[in-house]
Parts: sequence; structure tokens; C-alpha cells
Amino acid sequence: MANGITTATALRWLERYAGILAENKDHLTALDSAIGDADHGANMHRGFQAVLAKLPGLEGKDPGEVFKVTAMTLISTVGGASGPLYGTFFLQAGAGLAGRPTLSPQEFAAGLEKGVAGVIQRGKAAAGDKTMVDVLEPAVAALRKAAEAGELTPSALAEVAAQAQECAKATIPLLARKGRASYLGERSRGHQDPGATSAAYLFTALAETFALQTPKP
Amino acid sequence: MDATDVPSPVKKLINSVEDVVEEAMAGLAAAYDGILTAHFGPNFLKRTDAPVKGKVAVISGGGSGHEPLHGGFVGRGMLDAACPGAVFTSPTPDQMLAATEAVDGGKGVLHIVKNYTGDVMNFEMAADLARDQGIAVEAVVINDDVAVKDSLYTAGRRGVGATVLAEKICGAAAEEGRSLEQVAALCGKVNAAGRSMGMALTSCTVPHAGKPTFELAEDEMEMGIGIHGEPGRERMKIRPADEVTEMLLQPLLDDLAPGSQDEVLLFVNGMGGTPLLELFILYRKAQEILRNRGISVARSLVGPYITSLEMAGASMTLLRLDDELKHFWDAPVCTPALRWGL
Repeated sequence: MANGITTATALRWLERYAGILAENKDHLTALDSAIGDADHGANMHRGFQAVLAKLPGLEGKDPGEVFKVTAMTLISTVGGASGPLYGTFFLQAGAGLAGRPTLSPQEFAAGLEKGVAGVIQRGKAAAGDKTMVDVLEPAVAALRKAAEAGELTPSALAEVAAQAQECAKATIPLLARKGRASYLGERSRGHQDPGATSAAYLFTALAETFALQTPKP
Repeated sequence: MDATDVPSPVKKLINSVEDVVEEAMAGLAAAYDGILTAHFGPNFLKRTDAPVKGKVAVISGGGSGHEPLHGGFVGRGMLDAACPGAVFTSPTPDQMLAATEAVDGGKGVLHIVKNYTGDVMNFEMAADLARDQGIAVEAVVINDDVAVKDSLYTAGRRGVGATVLAEKICGAAAEEGRSLEQVAALCGKVNAAGRSMGMALTSCTVPHAGKPTFELAEDEMEMGIGIHGEPGRERMKIRPADEVTEMLLQPLLDDLAPGSQDEVLLFVNGMGGTPLLELFILYRKAQEILRNRGISVARSLVGPYITSLEMAGASMTLLRLDDELKHFWDAPVCTPALRWGL
């Protein structure tokens, strides 16, 4: 299981995600001020800075525990709807994985699928509603496909990340049907969804994590 | 002049915007220390004698700024705990989870949730986490605001005045030993039989926003306002109290359609900046309108119970009563804001 998901991989993924959020928090907030309440960047940044502070204490734990602590930290620090949604994603992703020091690519993909299902159940959004589901669902499906090939390669994950970015951009013409943006009706068209954008960064962070940890041939 | 001497940017009796909620919680708990206790990190207010063994626990919560809702309703015969969020902002699931754990007396916990997207989602998450720990949790969402159909917002009717009535009635049923399923069903019954509508004469200022949530001219009022200053049905020139009463009451009668022999509870609520003197003027007219339709006002509540900071205005709630609801309404209650029968 040369390229399974170890605790170290999970920690580096979350660390990199916190870094990307820090670099892009103003961008996320700008997207959110167009169709929401202008706090998505600040809220996600605050939440993942709190997660970042907890990562050193998780080195001896298993990936399932890492995701659970991430979830509990997010739900108490992010607030609004993003807190419970991202919290649910990590809580469900880590459910049932206790005691497993390394996850196979398939187990990891299955965990993220459970995470997406949890987000859909919590937020009651469907594909095309202009939400984070528009990125999470196809990107995790692509990740599952890559995992079924047997191992997660940096190039396969780079493709997943690129697809996630495309899906985030594809929310621009959509009419928002959930969340605060739905109050704008037709005026929500023409803006990229901030939640879809922050969700796409999850896959950018994952691709960068694998690119760094896999030695070049 | 050190930093603490810098005058507040908003004209409010606060020390700093960051400390508003915690300092108010501490003050409430100090003033009523025999009734409730404040817990910090995560924040919640809990009945001093909770958990009460063998009793269903009832908790609620929501953004701060609506006092006495919810903290002022913690005590015997009403809430076991309340979770205050930041001003006009949903509390987070860790608060409701901690409160649920702290008050569970072994018969389960009812969450009474006002219908706002953030509140609903955060309470759902807390309920899931509590159930994972083996605590039985039921949640009932209150959505009694008839103004919302035609307003800008699409997440469904908002939860307003009926929340106060549901907390009182469910708290009493829990006190009398009803099961979690029974208390939850009763909460649903109150929600189904209750309707509300509000209006504003002035806006309100959220401390951290520093400026009024919306603008209303000196001679204007907003009908159908929400408790966070959300837009209502119509903005219009101010009218005499009797006409405003008719405008608040008519949509409730249209929607609830009480029969001529029905008994109701009439709740005239102040939004925070309107004196009781004016609320009683509204009450007098509302009762007259109801009496003329043959509807008897069997119970009443008048005062600022679900407010919107310093907003001037009022809301009206009608609850259709039966013997069961009257019984639980009359049952003893001992909270900072409601107290009788003891």
C-alpha cells in the first residue's frame, strides 16, 4: 500500500488546504460579497487556522481521528452554514475509520463519498443548485475512479483538481437555489459560487500533497 | 488615555462588541442565580437544577439580540437550557451538543428551533452528534410568521412569536412527565395552531455592524418585518394604532381561520423599543376585533418577549387553544422572564 492515505498524508492535506484558504481568503470573500454575506473567506480561514493549530497534536492518531477532530473544530469555529456543512463532510468522511492507521485509496474515496452524502443530506442541495455540491460530487466521483485504478498518482490527482476547478467555474451561469444566494433569484447568475470555490481547493490541496510526497522517477 | 477609554463607535451600553454576549450571559446568571447558571466555552445557560432525572429536557437557542428569548425562559416549567449565538447569528453545534449533554435527564431532549437556515443546520448537526452518544433527541422547527410568503426570503416562514408559547407549553408538559415523543408532538401542535405577524417603526443596530440594519423614514413603518430586520410585506406611511392592529391581525385570521366558537391566546409582543403603554393600546383593539368575530381570548400575554434589539414596533401572535394547551399554559413556571403559579 505504497500510496495509501496515512496520518501524515491527511495532516499535510489539511495543512496545505489551510494554506490555500489563507492565500485566497480575500478572493472567497469577494465572491461571497457578490451573492452572499461577505464572510466565507474569513470564516473558512478562521476555521482552518483553528484546525492547523490542532494538527501537531494529531500525529500519533489515525486518519479517521484526524478527520473527526477537524470536523469538531470546524463546527465550533466557522459558523453560519459553512461550519455544519464542512463539519459534516469531515465527520462523515472519518466515520467508521477508527483504528485504521492507513487507508487504501478505495477506502479514502469511500470516506469522501460518505462526506459528500452527508453534505447533501445536511444542506438538501442537489447538483446544479449552485453550491459546494456542484464540485464535491463530480470531484469525489473522479477521485473514486482514480482510486479504482489501484493507486492514486500525482497526475491522476492533478486531473481531479483541474476538474474540480472547472466545476467551480461552471457554477457561474447557474441560478442559486439554496443558501443566502437564492434570495437574489436571477441576480445570482453570473457569479461563481464561493462554497463551490472553497470545495475545489480541497482537491488542489490533495493534488499538491501527493505531488510533494511522491518522489519523481 | 488607555485603550479602554476609547468611546464606543455605537451609542449602546456596551464595553466592547466582542464581549456583548458573554457579559450579558454573566449578568443574567448573576441576577437569577437560583434559577439558571451560565457556562462558557461553549456558551449556554442551564437551569440550575438540571439535569432533572426522569424528565424530558427542553432546549432552544438562536442568535442573541432577542432577549428575553431564549435565556430568559430557562427555569422550572420552561427551558432546561438555552444556547445564545452572536447577535443575530446562529449558535454553533458544539453549544447545543454541550447543552444537550448537560441537561439530559435520561428521558431525551427536545430541541426547539426557529426556522432560519443557519439555526436549522446547526441544530441538526448537534442532534446528530448527541444521538451518536446515545442521547435521544427530537427537534421541532417553528415557522409561524405569515408575513414571509410575499417577502424577499425563500427559506420558508420564519420562526417568531409562537416560539415563546411553544417553549412555555412544552416545558410544562416535560415537567409533568410527558415522554419525548409527546412533548415533541405538542410542540408541533403549538406550531400548527400559532400564527404571527410583526411591524417596525424604527430599525435596530447590531453592535458589530455599527449602523442601522435598514433605513425607515420618520413617517414610515414596515409591515411584516422579521426579528432581524428582514424586509416585510410592505413599507407605508405610519397609521394610527387601531389600523396597525387590524393590519397585523387580519393576516393571522385569514391564515389560521379560527371559528366563531374558538378560544385563542392573544400575544402582543414588543420589538424592544416600544413601551408597554403602546402595546396595551394594540391589545385592546385586537381583543375587540376578535370579540366581534365571536372568538374568545381565553389567555393573553403582553410585553417584550421576542425582541429585535432596540427596534420600535410590535408583533402579534394568535394561538388556537384547546384544553390541553390551556392546561400547560397555566402550569407553574419560574424563569427570569415568565413566572406564575408558584
